[in-house]
Amino acid sequence: MSHLTMPHLIPTSIQPYVLPVLWGVVIVAVLPLLAGYIVLLERKVMADMQARLGPMRVGPHGLLQPIADAVKLLLKEDIIPHDADRLMFWVAPLISVTMALLAYAAMPFGPAFQIADLNVGLLFILAISSLGIYGIVLGGWASNSHYSLLGALRSAAQLVSYETAAGLGLVSALLLAGSLSMREIVQAQYDQGEWFVFSVPIGFFIYLVGSIAETNRAPFDLPEAESELVAGYMTEYSGFRWSLYFLAEYANMIIVAGIATTLFLGGWLRPFPRFNDRLPGTSVEILDALPSLVFLGVAAYCFWLAPKQPVKIQKLVMGLVGGLCVALAAALAGSLFAPDAVRLGVHGGFWFMAKVMAYLYAFLWIRFTFPRYRFDQLMRLGWRFLIPLALVNLIAVAVALVVSQEWGWHPRVTTILATLATLSVAVWLASSDEKHETAIRTADGE
Amino acid sequence: MPGNAMIAPDYYLLLSLALFTIGVIGVLTRRNVIIMLMSIELILNAVNINLMAFSRYYGTVDGQVFAIFVITDAAAEAAVGLGIILAFFRNRETVLADEMDMLKW
Amino acid sequence: MALSYILFAFFATVAVVSAILMVTRRNIVHSAVSLITTLLATAGIFLQLRGEFLFVVQIILYVGGIMVLFVFVIMLVNLDISLRSVQFNRQKWVAGVLALVLGAQVVFAVWLGSGTLRLPPRHLAVMPARNTEAVGQALFSQYILPFEIASVLLLVAMIGAVVMAKRRV
Repeated sequence: MSHLTMPHLIPTSIQPYVLPVLWGVVIVAVLPLLAGYIVLLERKVMADMQARLGPMRVGPHGLLQPIADAVKLLLKEDIIPHDADRLMFWVAPLISVTMALLAYAAMPFGPAFQIADLNVGLLFILAISSLGIYGIVLGGWASNSHYSLLGALRSAAQLVSYETAAGLGLVSALLLAGSLSMREIVQAQYDQGEWFVFSVPIGFFIYLVGSIAETNRAPFDLPEAESELVAGYMTEYSGFRWSLYFLAEYANMIIVAGIATTLFLGGWLRPFPRFNDRLPGTSVEILDALPSLVFLGVAAYCFWLAPKQPVKIQKLVMGLVGGLCVALAAALAGSLFAPDAVRLGVHGGFWFMAKVMAYLYAFLWIRFTFPRYRFDQLMRLGWRFLIPLALVNLIAVAVALVVSQEWGWHPRVTTILATLATLSVAVWLASSDEKHETAIRTADGE
Repeated sequence: MPGNAMIAPDYYLLLSLALFTIGVIGVLTRRNVIIMLMSIELILNAVNINLMAFSRYYGTVDGQVFAIFVITDAAAEAAVGLGIILAFFRNRETVLADEMDMLKW
Repeated sequence: MALSYILFAFFATVAVVSAILMVTRRNIVHSAVSLITTLLATAGIFLQLRGEFLFVVQIILYVGGIMVLFVFVIMLVNLDISLRSVQFNRQKWVAGVLALVLGAQVVFAVWLGSGTLRLPPRHLAVMPARNTEAVGQALFSQYILPFEIASVLLLVAMIGAVVMAKRRV
């Protein structure tokens, strides 16, 4: 960031604030659109996994569907239930959305794109996410309806339980990073030469499950599923207020994906960040050139598929997608020959977004694969499996670190041993829970 | 760095005192037991502000460590207190302090 | 005006106004939300005092933990009758006057002692740059005994709360 020079027209006293404010405006402006298109992506992926096509009518291949949805939601009648507490009814979606957007202040989207690199950045994001619970609880209470209150209380209980487990999973990666600042965590992964997911895979798994429950996604979406409790805390909300809750949910998904990417998947680092072999004769590293080549390959595939489409508009769209891939490949390749800051910025941003998209795709995939958990099963999973597993994982990783520092064993050996120990504890926990569950059922059945 | 001026500790003391007094008034004048508990939390927060201010002015972290312990105690007390309120409510259907008078003659 | 003064004035005003709102609201949920605002303003004061770790701890524990507990219990014991009954008890005037007298005494003491506080000279009173590390160091070396006692206290509180809230003991 220090390479970017400010124009001299901006007075020095406000210079440190210009870029963060700019990034803030970009995020607040882009995020609703991005959330809308992630909804479209989810519907298309769901359709693909269910052997159908998904939204196809509005715009080519349904690409204008989010715009149509947004217009519809804005024009709907604003209904407030009788006897609802008006102030809380108005404030609750506001709290959800504000907290969801506020967490982006500490999220690094690449080496050049971060609003504020706080010393306690990770804890800040966790704190703001935990404030989002109030949006749900107050919304459910203010609606003055049984379904809403029950759904809100269930959702809040679920969030609080899985927040603990997810936080403990994060701490096991923090032990390796040694700092709470998001930028320094990625730097630590660069220094150690590998992503933390390979050192603490169980921590990643715990955080994955915890983050799915944190964002109320399936299979933990009991509080808001349509076949249960109508729609939980969102039952009485319609139109624009509902779209605020929706935006908050998808913004939260991107936040947890961003945290997982920064902590476990290397942030903006490419795979094998320290493998520095260059293409013969140039100063370009092989692994940096790979993404452009992959996109060129995808573009070639799109252009080859385009003439085979049945309808003319689909040929056009396929050609456009191919063109987009070519443009992306050109941007990635072009930045390789630009000054360092630009190259790091473009490639870092690309890898970060790619990993976030992969994590979100995992969310979608899990949603359409597994059946929903019943509420008592959900709570049992959180308290009796995940939290003990997270504690054991934390202790194992801490012991592994101390042993590798004091006795000089290679860190890889100690972390693998820690992982195996935690895995055996996990298997034991899961099996003992099952025995307990069958014991309860047979006792009740008698 | 802009904005690095140190404010005199008196202001923090007065803020802490204001919150403390409001908390004391809340505990002594409200009938609802839950609001009394919330006023106690307010008193503990006033104390925390005081501790943090002096930690800053002496340049040590002892005040902050003490504040962490105060927060821990507040959590424990809130949990047990709310458990008691829930248990009482299940038995007597009231949360007003005036009506919790079964031990009187 | 220096940024510190503006931040302090803003957070202090929000804290005091929300605190007054909290003790005067008829609706308990509005009271709880006012307390949440006070706690957030207090967290802002902590941040302004360069206590970053305590800023996030206040939000995660107090606002995100304790107040969620309060809001849960409020929703479970919500009575319409308590909305319509008298909010303040019989001793409100005496209590108010006594509290204000107490406050006035402390204001007097602060005014008497203002400026006589023997602080270390400015160039020595510098907070450690990495606040979280410093707090962690102090917590695990100098204050390890209170730390262990606090963990036992939390265990006792956990057991107590579970026992108190169970339906069949």
